[in-house]
Amino acid sequence: MARTEKKKDVVLVGFGWTGAIMGIELANEGLDVLALERGHDQATVPDFQYPNMIDELKYGIRYGMMEKPANTTVTIRRSLDEEALPYRSLGTFLLGTGVGGAGTHWNGLNWRPMQSEYRLKSYVTEKFGAGVMTEDMTIQDYPMTYDELEPHFDRFEKVAGISGTAGNVNGKIIEGGNPFEAPRSDEYPMPAMPSTWDGVKFRDAAKAAGYHPFPSPGGIASKDYVNEYNMQMGPCNHCGFCERYGCYNYSKSSPQTAIIDALKRKKNFEYRVNSEVLRVEKSTDGKTVTGVTYFDHKTGEEVFQPADLVILTAFALNNVHLMLVSGIGQPYDPNTNEGVVGRNYAYQITGGYTLFFKDEDFNPFIGTGANGFCIDDFGIDNIDFAKEGFVGGAYWRAGQTNGQPGHTMPLPSGTPSWGAGWKKGIGEWYGHAMNIGAHGSVMSYRGHYLDLDPTYKDRHGRPMLRMTYNWHPNEIRQTQFMKQKMEPIAKSMNPTTLQEGFKKEGAMFDVRPYQTTHNTGGTVTGDDPKTSVLNRYLQSWDCHNLFVMGANTFPQNTQYNPTGMVGGLAYWAVNAIRKDYLPNPRPLV
Amino acid sequence: MKKLIRVLGVLVVLGLVALAAFIFVPVQRTGPATQLAADFKPAKGQGEYVMRAGDCMACHTNEGGKPFAGGRAIQSPMGTIWTTNITPDKETGIGNWSLDDFRAALYDGVTPNGTHLYPAMPYENYRKMSEEDIVALYDYFMHEVQPVSNKVEETKLAFPFNMRFGLRAWNWLAASYAPGFKPNAGQDEQFNRGKYLVEGAAHCAACHSPRNLFMAQDGIDETSKAFLTGGEIDGYTAPDLRGPESGPQKWTTEQTAAYLSTARNAHSTATGEMMLVVRDSLQYMTKEDNMAIAAYLKKIGTGGENAAAAPASPVVTETQKMLTEAKADMPLGPRLYLDNCGGCHFVTGKGAGETFPELDGNSLVTAKSPKGLISVILHGAELPSTADRPMKMRMQGYDQRLSDEEIAALATFLREGWTNKAAAVSAADVKAVRDLAHH
Repeated sequence: MARTEKKKDVVLVGFGWTGAIMGIELANEGLDVLALERGHDQATVPDFQYPNMIDELKYGIRYGMMEKPANTTVTIRRSLDEEALPYRSLGTFLLGTGVGGAGTHWNGLNWRPMQSEYRLKSYVTEKFGAGVMTEDMTIQDYPMTYDELEPHFDRFEKVAGISGTAGNVNGKIIEGGNPFEAPRSDEYPMPAMPSTWDGVKFRDAAKAAGYHPFPSPGGIASKDYVNEYNMQMGPCNHCGFCERYGCYNYSKSSPQTAIIDALKRKKNFEYRVNSEVLRVEKSTDGKTVTGVTYFDHKTGEEVFQPADLVILTAFALNNVHLMLVSGIGQPYDPNTNEGVVGRNYAYQITGGYTLFFKDEDFNPFIGTGANGFCIDDFGIDNIDFAKEGFVGGAYWRAGQTNGQPGHTMPLPSGTPSWGAGWKKGIGEWYGHAMNIGAHGSVMSYRGHYLDLDPTYKDRHGRPMLRMTYNWHPNEIRQTQFMKQKMEPIAKSMNPTTLQEGFKKEGAMFDVRPYQTTHNTGGTVTGDDPKTSVLNRYLQSWDCHNLFVMGANTFPQNTQYNPTGMVGGLAYWAVNAIRKDYLPNPRPLV
Repeated sequence: MKKLIRVLGVLVVLGLVALAAFIFVPVQRTGPATQLAADFKPAKGQGEYVMRAGDCMACHTNEGGKPFAGGRAIQSPMGTIWTTNITPDKETGIGNWSLDDFRAALYDGVTPNGTHLYPAMPYENYRKMSEEDIVALYDYFMHEVQPVSNKVEETKLAFPFNMRFGLRAWNWLAASYAPGFKPNAGQDEQFNRGKYLVEGAAHCAACHSPRNLFMAQDGIDETSKAFLTGGEIDGYTAPDLRGPESGPQKWTTEQTAAYLSTARNAHSTATGEMMLVVRDSLQYMTKEDNMAIAAYLKKIGTGGENAAAAPASPVVTETQKMLTEAKADMPLGPRLYLDNCGGCHFVTGKGAGETFPELDGNSLVTAKSPKGLISVILHGAELPSTADRPMKMRMQGYDQRLSDEEIAALATFLREGWTNKAAAVSAADVKAVRDLAHH
């Protein structure tokens, strides 16, 4: 029944951002590289082409770009006492599928974490004392420094094509950029995008309050651009169809615009779609892996694909699931706080104010996924944790991403949700509302983790991934702090009316409304095999020819959108593989 | 009277003899342009490079067929010409050809049995190729190409074009010049390298020169006024390359070279046949050779030295003002432009960099025949993946979205917008191109 394919030097599991980066860098080394992609093939034209792509019902509401939960999903519970149930209807996070993965349907917001985030536990302990951490908090330091990662962040930003205004180049603070960012070695490759009126209003209000606004950095091209692989982007037209859509305009950073056509030219690279990896196969002594077994959806059979090097480059949750079903590394047990796989899962906490202005027109049909202005005055580096009573921080942003009426039509609370009253509300307020959002960090805790569900199995008979997660009082205090700081700014803008949306004490994790797709942790990187799955080069402690990419490597979630960190870590890891591992395959630590 | 009849009789007999000779006496085949050393061996890769420069593969390979096995239909005004199998297969290909046979096909347009080739095979231009390149190319076809047994359809044109012997007279007009390449002594090496490629292997004039009364290329080198001033291929306009408004004259040499090697530059993109030329031929030329072609084209411009000066600071055209104001009562053409095109090509009609081509001053937009423009609007266009620009960028087509009338209005707007001045397009023009796709 199972067939065996010809051995490859490298097998990549998943063909999104990290798969494309690993693919081109290792193919450039002359290795025979194969990427296995669970979903379908897709390219800008014809798959994302105008005008077919800008169909809100098909993609924005019915999630045409996403993996159907009937095919792959997770089970979710909020505490060890609850019974987890399958996430059957997409809500709080959206898991993409197909070539390009989440890199095709993201909004494009691109960040590097703040300097303290790379050594968060040491920073917190040294500066405020271990007492500011809650007893169940399991945060830890990254095993590499910002300075070590910096060239790789820089490289990813130049490959992806990021627009932005630098605030700190080699320690020199630059007016107009983010003065709190970690020092960068170079400017962003493209100047910042222009902002819509809501972002400008926020910028002015923040400035008047003594804060430091800067244009939000993102993978949205502000001009025509060619990257190191000679791949091209064209300037964005602000159509407002970024998140949940593939970009028809070659304007949003994606594996398609940054890497894939260059990679396809290489004779030593191959990718197979509709090829869903079921498990990584271990050698008999368990010290290495021998390849992967995947399900070929075209022929309906299992295939063993041998390889010298296996790299997991799927979405965070899928990478963790594969490690668990393959039995690589000890699964985490929250009762004993032992084991590592599934440990330190974290989500993201968001909140904000919606402001309604009777006399302002925001033209919501203009937007980009990374539109507007931000401030980092309440970022992790800038908060006195001892004084405020929590660990964490958030960046704020105002800038409309879209005005799609099906899911982006904010109305003052109390407006009926249907009928004549709803229509009247729409008539009165559509195009007259703006939002200021706080995008906050989430720490890791003993009770938040991923494991295999004891009850539910997927279509291949594997136990599903089970997520145990809830809002923690530390994050509630953090988000309430943001609310308290944001309220005066929002009010200073003199809206006709305004309303807040921050989580309050006792809030429970609700998977129904969309929040964010930023899932982190589960196979974290560290310098101790007792508290990490991967060493500092994202190499498995257990099997040295297995590397794991993705946000699942983060020891705790940062206050930012994860893609910049995921891309930077991928270049950091592949650099080590090329220069150190390939000449002499072995545990690098 | 009798004498007159006798004289006439003699003339008729002489005429018949001459006709018989014209038809039956074998054509004198041209020998090598230069004598090579007895031990001459082409450098490794030289033959393949000459093949790329000559773009042999494009015509002699059928869609989805084996390389060089022929069978591709070339639509000519005289009818369909089927390309031949030029693999070294002894039965159906050229496996039995000697170097002299091979050279005669390239120089004289005759096959070993004396049959005349139709000039869809550009021997008018290949006649300029050097003996070194001929030998290298012969060597490549005999030793590096896989023999493929493939008997291709015989070309059967209607009378009188089926009388192939008639081409003998045509050849006196078109391909009787001394074979081989004569450099222009007054010019530098780069110019002459460009000249050699353009006039010879790359056979640019086959499309880009007008045809004279006898359907021969009007000029085969820069000394002819009409050479490379624009022609036609299968109803599509092949643009002028020498006038002050032409690409190679308006662009920098580097930009023209980039266009040749990647099908795109800061102004424009290659579509249709030219896209295929880049995909199959020019992208394989060295940077130096594409620079040489660009430099040669620049120097043979007909607008004088100053023609190439960059345009003054951008002027805000009436078209740009109209598109920016976007009044509700604007005509259909510009309205369709804003709804379908402006997001990439912008109200300026200038596009952006190497990603979105400019439409103002674009030779495809203002071409004499609107067929190319209509085809791109209907079916879109894709750039080939090349080493320097690997992205297969593609513009989507609008055949599902816009009617014949709408495309006519849009194309007319493009041809008259900004600084463009070209004739209007009718719905019938659009329908004709749309129908081509539904054959």
